[in-house]
Amino acid sequence: MPVKLSTTKDTGDTKVKTYRIFPPCPLCPLWRSVVVVFVALLAAGVVVGQSAASVPIKVGFIAPLSGPYVQNGRDILNGFLLYLEEIGYRAGGRQIDVVVEDDEAIPAVGLTKARKLVERDKVHLMAGALLASSGYALAPYIDSMHIPMVFPVVSSDDLTQRRRSKWIVRTGWTSSQPNHVFGEYAARTLKLKKVATIGLDYAFGWESVGGFQRTFEAEGGKIAQKIWCPLSVHDFAPYLAQISRDVDAVYALFLGRAALQFMRQYQEYGLKDRVPLIGSGSTTDEHVLPSMGNEALGVITALHYSAALATPSNKSFVAAYRARYNKVPSYYSESMYTGAKWFVSAIEARGGNVEDSAALLDALRKVKLADLPRGPVELDDYGSPVENVYIRKVERVNGELQNTVIETFPKVSQFWKYNPADYLKQPLYSRRYIPPPTE
Amino acid sequence: MAEFRQIGWKASVPTLVIVLLAAVPPFLSSYWVGLLTQIMIFAILAMSLDILLGYTGLPSLGHAGFFGVAAYTVAVLATAYHAGFWTCVVSGIIIGTLLSAAFGLLVSHVRDVYFLMITLALGMVLWGLSNRWITVTGGDNGISGIPRVMTGPITFYEVTLLIFIGCTALMMLFISSPFGFTLKGIRESESRMKSLGVNTWLHCYLSYVIAGAFASVAGVLWAYYNAFVGPTYLDLTASSEVFLMVTLGGPGTLVGPALGAGAIVLLKNVISAYTQRWLMILGAIYIMTILGAPQGLWNLRWRSRSRA
Repeated sequence: MPVKLSTTKDTGDTKVKTYRIFPPCPLCPLWRSVVVVFVALLAAGVVVGQSAASVPIKVGFIAPLSGPYVQNGRDILNGFLLYLEEIGYRAGGRQIDVVVEDDEAIPAVGLTKARKLVERDKVHLMAGALLASSGYALAPYIDSMHIPMVFPVVSSDDLTQRRRSKWIVRTGWTSSQPNHVFGEYAARTLKLKKVATIGLDYAFGWESVGGFQRTFEAEGGKIAQKIWCPLSVHDFAPYLAQISRDVDAVYALFLGRAALQFMRQYQEYGLKDRVPLIGSGSTTDEHVLPSMGNEALGVITALHYSAALATPSNKSFVAAYRARYNKVPSYYSESMYTGAKWFVSAIEARGGNVEDSAALLDALRKVKLADLPRGPVELDDYGSPVENVYIRKVERVNGELQNTVIETFPKVSQFWKYNPADYLKQPLYSRRYIPPPTE
Repeated sequence: MAEFRQIGWKASVPTLVIVLLAAVPPFLSSYWVGLLTQIMIFAILAMSLDILLGYTGLPSLGHAGFFGVAAYTVAVLATAYHAGFWTCVVSGIIIGTLLSAAFGLLVSHVRDVYFLMITLALGMVLWGLSNRWITVTGGDNGISGIPRVMTGPITFYEVTLLIFIGCTALMMLFISSPFGFTLKGIRESESRMKSLGVNTWLHCYLSYVIAGAFASVAGVLWAYYNAFVGPTYLDLTASSEVFLMVTLGGPGTLVGPALGAGAIVLLKNVISAYTQRWLMILGAIYIMTILGAPQGLWNLRWRSRSRA
């Protein structure tokens, strides 16, 4: 059959025979190849199927290792491997095998990779993921497969609030958790009255800004303006032009490349000297801070970790991390380091028996760790960590930028000072913001 | 006599493939059953694009749009409105088809590179909607939690197989009908077909709508298979991936795109498990195909045969 795509030339095709006429079976005679392909496929399936029976504990790991959030993903992986190296890849008397997958920071890809880890690699438990949107996309699948997954970083509020997932154990934080603290702090201590927010347009952004807005406005402040940028944002010029000059501060929420770009452009546009910058902890997190210059100085943010924390356990963690990777750990590194420590102590508690996934999940929920780089952590009744929140200010110490802790709020719950039951009656923070009531 | 035997052979091979496809799942792990399901869904999508690209000669770079819109329709109805299974399925297909009918009015007047540009632009519009119409689509979060309708991957696989066979048969019937031959005529020389008195616009328009309808069927299947819908399923990358499946496998045949879909889904899922550089491997395969078999792999077999 002469196959040419849209040509105006005469094909000179006189052998009209090739256009077989309806109805004799319109299939071409080369279906044999199809058979060959599928036989090959079958054979491959058998080979893979056989290798599934294994003695070591298999842990699946998902993080973005390519794309715009690769730096965050690398830091997560580094923290993970650092802890596993410390314990020699052994827990509960068994060896730990790690299968690493790259989700490209796309929820759909993350789901595909999770499927692969669970169904093909037969992992006993999973850990990782970065974006809040990935967290929401993974949750239903994880629940349907009954494989515990530790979320050390993903902070989507509803995973431990209104859409609680049975099989997900969060050891990190909720997006609004430090921002509840920060909204109050901004109004009371920083004495801000009017703030404009600019942030990434997805769940993490909405929930962080929402948490900030709630407590900030409860203290008499006002969010004058909200600007959202798509996750794929490349140039901030059109957004910076929108920022009102009539505000006391700008609250910025970015991460990865976007954070670097934003900081640089914020200074280039002459805004830094006129309107002070505050923001979410991720904006000045150590995964981007070393790449920033003086434009970051003085930015005040809130988070549950800072590499500059002066506790002994953090100091030894930072030293070990620097020795291994030759850079400062970010909150992502600390989160996954802690996440690994978390599931390892659950495995120890089970005596290495990870085959019973329901019991493993139970053990994961009961873990309590005090000696962590970020400070003590325990889970509340809803499965979300209660931990310290630190207000940090970017300073240059010994030639290096760091998030100096200027105030500590101990034992902050995901519900802040609100009553959990009342809190949950209100819908989740959305792009349009909704809460209060609750008093 | 020889001819009779040949016909018997022709009928037996597809039957054998179908039997094989129907019989393998119990011997495979659920992962491979899932992969085969994915391959069949994308094969339907690739074959539907081939109606446009290979048979009518209209290169569409927005074809994943219909796939995505149908998937989003199912997702929105099933999660926000808790609609029943059949409502979701039927509305998914109808809305995808209606959309292709509306877009068809815009694109069916132009050809070649202009067709490419307009379909690309419309595809981007759909992607933009999925990304920015956050109250409905959830933006970058996508929509998760589409209820599972069939228990177990094997049941879903068998249903997909049935739909795959049905769609393939319908498409074969379509392309071997007089209407299908007219499409091929338009591909070869539209001016000649016009001078024969054929309403070429109507033919192109209908082929666009029909391709959109089959893409919607694939989209509905995908929504239920994946239980998650996000903007990545209808962006330019998705559309060009389908385009790649067709050109790799062989446009102007139905077997080619199906094999192309299989090759790309396998590459994406299997090779990517061994190397981070799987995109490079895919690129290398594509370049080799372009150099060695510019008409796609399946057409290469055809040509060498007819020459011999």
